[in-house]
Amino acid sequence: MLAVRNFHVFRGDRHVLRGVSFDLAAGCCLQVTGVNGAGKTTLLRALCGLVDVEEGSLLWRGAAIERSASAFHAELGYLGHDAPLKADLTGRENVRYAVGLRRPLAAATVVRGLERVGAGAFADRPVRSLSAGQRRRIAFAALWLCGVPLWILDEPNTNLDTQGQALVAGLIEEQLAAGGLVVAAVHQELDLPPGRRVDLVIPGGR
Amino acid sequence: MDWTWFHRLASPPHVYRIAGTLTPWFAWPAGLLIVAALYGGLVLAPPDYQQGDGFRIIYVHAPSAWLSLMIYSTMATAAAIGLIWRMKVAHAAAASCAAVGAWFTVVSLVTGMLWGKPMWGTYWVWDPRLTAQLILLFLYLGYMGLRAGIEDTARADKASAVLAIVGIVNVPIIRFSVEWWNSIHQAPSVMKMDRPSMPADMLVPLLMMLVGFTLYFVAVLLVRLRAEILRRERASSWVREAATA
Amino acid sequence: MNPPPAGRASWATAGRLVLERDLRLAFRRSGQLVQPLAFFAVITLLFPLALTPELARLREVAPGVLWIAALLSSLLALEFLFRDDAHDGTLEQFVLSGQSLTLLLFAKTVAHWMLTGLPLAVMAPVVGVALGVPLQALPGILAALALGTVTLSLVGAIGAGLTLGVKRGGVLLSLLTLPLAVPILVFGARATELAIKGADYAGPMYLLAALAVLGLTLAPLAAAAAVRIGLE
Repeated sequence: MLAVRNFHVFRGDRHVLRGVSFDLAAGCCLQVTGVNGAGKTTLLRALCGLVDVEEGSLLWRGAAIERSASAFHAELGYLGHDAPLKADLTGRENVRYAVGLRRPLAAATVVRGLERVGAGAFADRPVRSLSAGQRRRIAFAALWLCGVPLWILDEPNTNLDTQGQALVAGLIEEQLAAGGLVVAAVHQELDLPPGRRVDLVIPGGR
Repeated sequence: MDWTWFHRLASPPHVYRIAGTLTPWFAWPAGLLIVAALYGGLVLAPPDYQQGDGFRIIYVHAPSAWLSLMIYSTMATAAAIGLIWRMKVAHAAAASCAAVGAWFTVVSLVTGMLWGKPMWGTYWVWDPRLTAQLILLFLYLGYMGLRAGIEDTARADKASAVLAIVGIVNVPIIRFSVEWWNSIHQAPSVMKMDRPSMPADMLVPLLMMLVGFTLYFVAVLLVRLRAEILRRERASSWVREAATA
Repeated sequence: MNPPPAGRASWATAGRLVLERDLRLAFRRSGQLVQPLAFFAVITLLFPLALTPELARLREVAPGVLWIAALLSSLLALEFLFRDDAHDGTLEQFVLSGQSLTLLLFAKTVAHWMLTGLPLAVMAPVVGVALGVPLQALPGILAALALGTVTLSLVGAIGAGLTLGVKRGGVLLSLLTLPLAVPILVFGARATELAIKGADYAGPMYLLAALAVLGLTLAPLAAAAAVRIGLE
């Protein structure tokens, strides 16, 4: 469903990605590994169209995607290294504004999302008073509520306790079981059934 | 449509070679025209019936003012080409334009002030042309400041390209607003270059000077473009081969 | 347990949400909200101290004072228009939302105008009285500033987007934006001057409106392009 052909990306003078290619079928997770500085984050951002790709192509549902194609963006959810939350707003408000841009959203639906990630207890506190792990959970609530088929996750387990990691693993498994796709950059391997996992190792780190 | 010819034409080594070949074809005529026009303007042309010999500064002032605008448009066009077709050489050309354009703007301002001293008895009058040139200088400075402020070359290219395009849309509006402002406040405007009555022996050297300055700009642009290409491509194999050859 | 399925949000909803979000954020930090206004008041206060307390003479320079003070205090707030959102990843989510980035940034610009330009315009008559402006000129001053600051916010949004990738971009932002703001200053100050003299100020107001229309059509596109580049 998602295919990348021969991606070349430069950051300044540095040739970071040298011809990355992969295919990902529905219901599969691409696990991206590599040492620090190898270009994992760059690859994820290039998939989103946030970074200029010098050469190569991206195919989604068999069609080539131009950069900043909003139809493709409407089908993907990206969760970067830091949770994209406003510190002055509560978790509930953050979810409402972030997800509301993408789909009609009832207040009850927001509650469902926050409860799904175990954030119900602290949903009405300003995000600035929350721990990094709690913020991460709220970001996952927003991602989950988007209901998009493609998730792009940069180190999804960062800052999460054991319970939180189990929660993320559960969310990813559900996403795959529903026929969705996940691209995740990780340091520790994800615990997934072998048929659902595709590995991509980015060499180097210069 | 096949665009490969277009991209090969715009490849840095190719442009580098072509620019090197073309430079003398612009530099020599520029030099000859400027020398001839200086002789025509400073020696052959008669003194102005009103301004005496003071008017002769027009032979530097007018071509500089013309170039300052011409270079800004060139810069914006190159930047737009770079942005739309993602052509790195066009961005390099836009980058090479900025300092030259800013310099000609300064020259036009300084010569305008020197001209103003005998005309108005003071170096600075809020004449609409001078004011517009001053704002143009700030547009150039903003462009160069933005380039200098962004470390990554590719990003600096694109951001400054957007600024150049916004600037070129604004230049006519700024000129109009300054003319309008001046017409209300009725400051004296002595500097009318578009007098149709200029005799031929004054006009011909001026036109030669305009062409000479323009050719000079093209030659300087080509030299600067070559330097800019070398700086940007310093890591690539063709530059290393050229350096060791 | 899968998330409830749903369609796409309309562009109008998306724009309204961004506007609402920015207004709510601003009111959570109301201290920062009054800063441009206080700055505006301080600058106008400096002029009588530097020039003369005579109202008759202040009245003559009042248009210039009001417009330059408005320009500078509007610039002060512009620096933060996109910076926080770029920093915490909100702008990236805007780009990836599937909605038009131009629209979302336009909504942010409207919020910025409602939080700076509009309050400045409302406050200007009060300051104007302190500068010896006659009462019948106050509606004209308010209208000219309200209209002029719209264009100023739009042009400033381009500068704010362009300086996203620049460390300590505040001074550069002013250098980029002020020359582009010259026509606004010229027409706006002229409208204010005519209003103070009790003359018909419709002419420069039409020119200000023309600038606003041009800004509304072109500036959001340029701002979106600038932000996209700044996020790379």
